[in-house]
Amino acid sequence: MKTILYVDLDKCLACKTCELQCAIEHSQSKDLFKAIEEEPLPQARVKVEAYEDLAVPLQCRHCEDAPCIKICPTKALEKLAPGEPVIIKEDLCIGCKWCLLVCPFGVLNLNREGKVIIKCDLCLERLEKGEEPACVEACPTKALKLLSPEEVAKLKKAEFLVGFKKDGKTIKG
Amino acid sequence: MREKEKSIDKASQELLKIAEKEGIDTAWDRYEAMLPQCGFGELGLCCRNCILGPCRIDPFEEGPQKGVCGATAEIIAARNLIRMIAAGAAAHSDHGRDIAHTLLMTAQGKTKGYEVKDEEKLLSLANELGIKTNGKDKKKIAVEVAEKVFSEFGQQHGELQFSRRAPEKRQALWRKLGIMPRGIDREIVEVMHRTHIGVDNDCENLITHGMRTALGDGWGGSMIATELSDVLFGTPKPIRAKVNLGVLKQDEVNLVVHGHEPTLSDVIVAASQDRELIELAKKNGAKGINLAGICCTANEILMRHGIPIAGNFLQQELAIATGAIDLMLVDVQCIMPALSSVAKCFHTKLVSTSPKAKFPGTEHVEFKEEEALPIAKKIVRMAVENFKNRVKEKVNIPKEKMDLVAGFTAESVFKFLGGKYRATYRPLNDGIISGRLRGAAGIVGCNNPKIKHDWGHVEMTKELIKNDVLVVVTGCSAIADAKAGLLKPEAAFQYAGKGLREICETVGLPPVLHLGSCVDNSRILITLCNVLAEGGLGEDISDLPVAGAAPEWMSEKAVSIAFYVVASGVFTVLGSPFPILGSKEVTELLTKKLEGTVGANFAFESDPIKAAHLMIEHINKKREALKLNPVMYEAKEKVLV
Repeated sequence: MKTILYVDLDKCLACKTCELQCAIEHSQSKDLFKAIEEEPLPQARVKVEAYEDLAVPLQCRHCEDAPCIKICPTKALEKLAPGEPVIIKEDLCIGCKWCLLVCPFGVLNLNREGKVIIKCDLCLERLEKGEEPACVEACPTKALKLLSPEEVAKLKKAEFLVGFKKDGKTIKG
Repeated sequence: MREKEKSIDKASQELLKIAEKEGIDTAWDRYEAMLPQCGFGELGLCCRNCILGPCRIDPFEEGPQKGVCGATAEIIAARNLIRMIAAGAAAHSDHGRDIAHTLLMTAQGKTKGYEVKDEEKLLSLANELGIKTNGKDKKKIAVEVAEKVFSEFGQQHGELQFSRRAPEKRQALWRKLGIMPRGIDREIVEVMHRTHIGVDNDCENLITHGMRTALGDGWGGSMIATELSDVLFGTPKPIRAKVNLGVLKQDEVNLVVHGHEPTLSDVIVAASQDRELIELAKKNGAKGINLAGICCTANEILMRHGIPIAGNFLQQELAIATGAIDLMLVDVQCIMPALSSVAKCFHTKLVSTSPKAKFPGTEHVEFKEEEALPIAKKIVRMAVENFKNRVKEKVNIPKEKMDLVAGFTAESVFKFLGGKYRATYRPLNDGIISGRLRGAAGIVGCNNPKIKHDWGHVEMTKELIKNDVLVVVTGCSAIADAKAGLLKPEAAFQYAGKGLREICETVGLPPVLHLGSCVDNSRILITLCNVLAEGGLGEDISDLPVAGAAPEWMSEKAVSIAFYVVASGVFTVLGSPFPILGSKEVTELLTKKLEGTVGANFAFESDPIKAAHLMIEHINKKREALKLNPVMYEAKEKVLV
C-alpha cells in the first residue's frame, strides 16, 4: 500500500493549500463555502512548518512500529495491518496526551475543544474510493505525493545516479 | 467531465469531442486541471497589495487571523472586491472613451469609414448635454458632444451628466450616501488609493466607494459607450439573424470577429461586402465572404446589421476547432490567451488589432481610426487569401443554428408596445399593473466552466418567462438564450406563461429581448427610468417589480455591472459568489444590509431555478408594496419555493 507522503522540498511554496483542503476534507460538508460556517470549524491534520528557508508540510508518518500506538492506554490509536495508516478512534481517546509526548515529529494535535487527539488518517475514505489524499490532490506544485516504499526507493536511486554522473564518475561495465 | 456535463449546447458538445480527439486543451480541461482551486483566493482571504505579505487569513481560525499590517479578513476581502470593480469599470469606461475618441475624430474629418449615422440621437444628446444646436453644423455638434463626454472621464468634481437620467429620488439617495460619482476615472483611481496598504480599513466604507466607482461605469463609461455607438453606428432596430457555430460556411471565406468594441467590427462589415474582395474570394475558390462574431463585438454588429453570431465566450476555442475559420480577428476583453495555441492546430489565422491587447505568436495588424476602412480591407483580404489553406479533412462545422430577433433598445422596444406612431411605455406599465406581467428581469453576464455552459442562462430564463416575467438579456447571456431559441417570437408559445404570452402575441415580441452587448446594460438602466417616468409603479428604481441576475458570470466587468445594478436599486442574484465569503461582515453587508441603504441586496445561488425563484419572490414582494393586482394567471395551487 502507498503510505508514504513524500515531499519534494524544492517544490513546496508554503501556500498552505494542503492545510486548507485537509480541513475541508475533515469537515461535515466537505464544501469550502459551507465548511467555513460549521460549528465547530473543521481542523487541518497537516501543518506547513518553516525553518529558515525550508518549508515542509508535516503530518503523521504512519510509523510501522508507532510509539503512539504502544503508549495509548485506551487503544484509541491503531494500525489494522502493516502498511496501513495509523488511525484514531476519537470515542476511545481520553485526551491524556501521552501520544503527543512520544511522537518524534510533533504531528499530533488536540482538537479545538482540547479534548481528543486529531491526526492525519491519510484520507482513508478517499483512498477506499481510489482517490489520493486531499493534500496530495490539491498541491498546486505537486510537491506532495503519495508513494509506496518501493516507489520512494526507486526515486532515491534515480536521484543518486544523477548525482553520481554529475560528479564526473561513470560506471564502467 | 463528459461533453454533456460541460455544455447544454449540442454544437459545443460536438466540437468538444473533436477537441478531445485532436488533443486540444479547452477551458474546461484547464479548469479541471486547476481543481481544487485555491481556497484562500475563492474566499477573498489572500492579500498581495504590499510585500509585507503576501498574507492570507485562515478561514478555519487555526492560522493567522490578521495580515502583517493587521488587515483582517474583512479588510482584505473588501479591498480585493473593490479592486475588481475598479478593473471592470476601467474596462467598460476605456471602451466608452475609445468610442468618444472615434466620434471626435470622425467629426473632425480625420477617420476613414465612419460617419454620424443617427443624427436624431446626436441632437438629443447635444440638448441633454447643454450644447446649443441651433444653426450649427452636424460635425460641429458632434465635436462638442464628443468633447463634453470626454471631459467626464477626467472630471474632478460635480456629477456625471447621465446620472441625471436616474429618478430624482435615486439621485438624492446617491448624494446622501456619498456615492454619486464625481468623474469616471477619478473613482477608479481612488479605489487604487484606498486599497493601498494602510488607507481605508473599514469594509463598509470600502464597499461604499466601490458602489460609487461602479455607478461611474453604469451611468458613465458604459452609458457613454452605448449612446455614442448609437450615434456613430446607428441605433439598433429589431432585426432577424442566426446564431451558433452552424452559421460558419463550408464554401465561403469565414471571417470571425471576437472581442468587444464596435469600432473595428462595424467597419469590417463594410469591408466584407466590398465587391473587389468578394471577387477575390471567388478567384480563391470560395463562394463569398461570411462574417460572424463571438462575444460582444458580435452583439454590436448583430444589433445593427444582423450579422450572425458564431457563439459566446466558452465557444471561442471551439469555433477555431471547426477548422473552418480562415481568420479570427480580436480586439479587447475576454479573448482567451489560449486562442493562439488552438489556432496553431489549424490553418486559422489569428490577428490581434488593439495596441492594448497583444498575443505572443500572433500576427498583429494595428487598428487606427484614421485608416479604419483600408485596415479592415487588409484584414478581410488576409482572410480571403488564407481560404486556400483550409484543410478539408479537418473541417467540422456543426449543423446547429437558430433563428433569433435582436436589436431592442430602450427606445425601440416600446415603439412595438405603443405602436409605430405612438412610442410609449404605457402598455408595459399597464401589463405589470394589471398583473398580466409579474414583472421584468435582466439576465446578463458571461460563461464560466464552473456552471454548465449556457445551462444557467437558459434554465433561469425559461423559469422566469414561465412565471410571466419579461426577460431582457445582453452579452453572452443573450447568445446562450438565442441558441436555445428563446429570442424567437414563437418562444412565447412554447415557454411563456399565459400573461406574458398574451402580450407577446398582441405585439409580436419575443418573450426574451436582446438589448445588446455588455456595455449595453446601460440600456436596461434607461429602460427602468422610462418605466418609472411612465408612472404607476413607484418613484424609485428600487420600487419596481424587477430583478437582475448573472448566472454564469466570471469577469471583473461583471462585478462592476452587478454593483451598479444593485446601487441603482435592483436586487441581483449571482451564480457564483463574489470572492468575499471569507469575511462574515462583507458577506452580511452585501446580502443583507445593502437593502437598508441602496434598496437592494445581492444573493448568491448557483442553481438557476432556485435563483429564478429568489427573483420571483423579490418581484412579488415589490408588487405587494406597490399594492398591485394579484398576478393574473397565477395558478392558485402553486406554491412558490
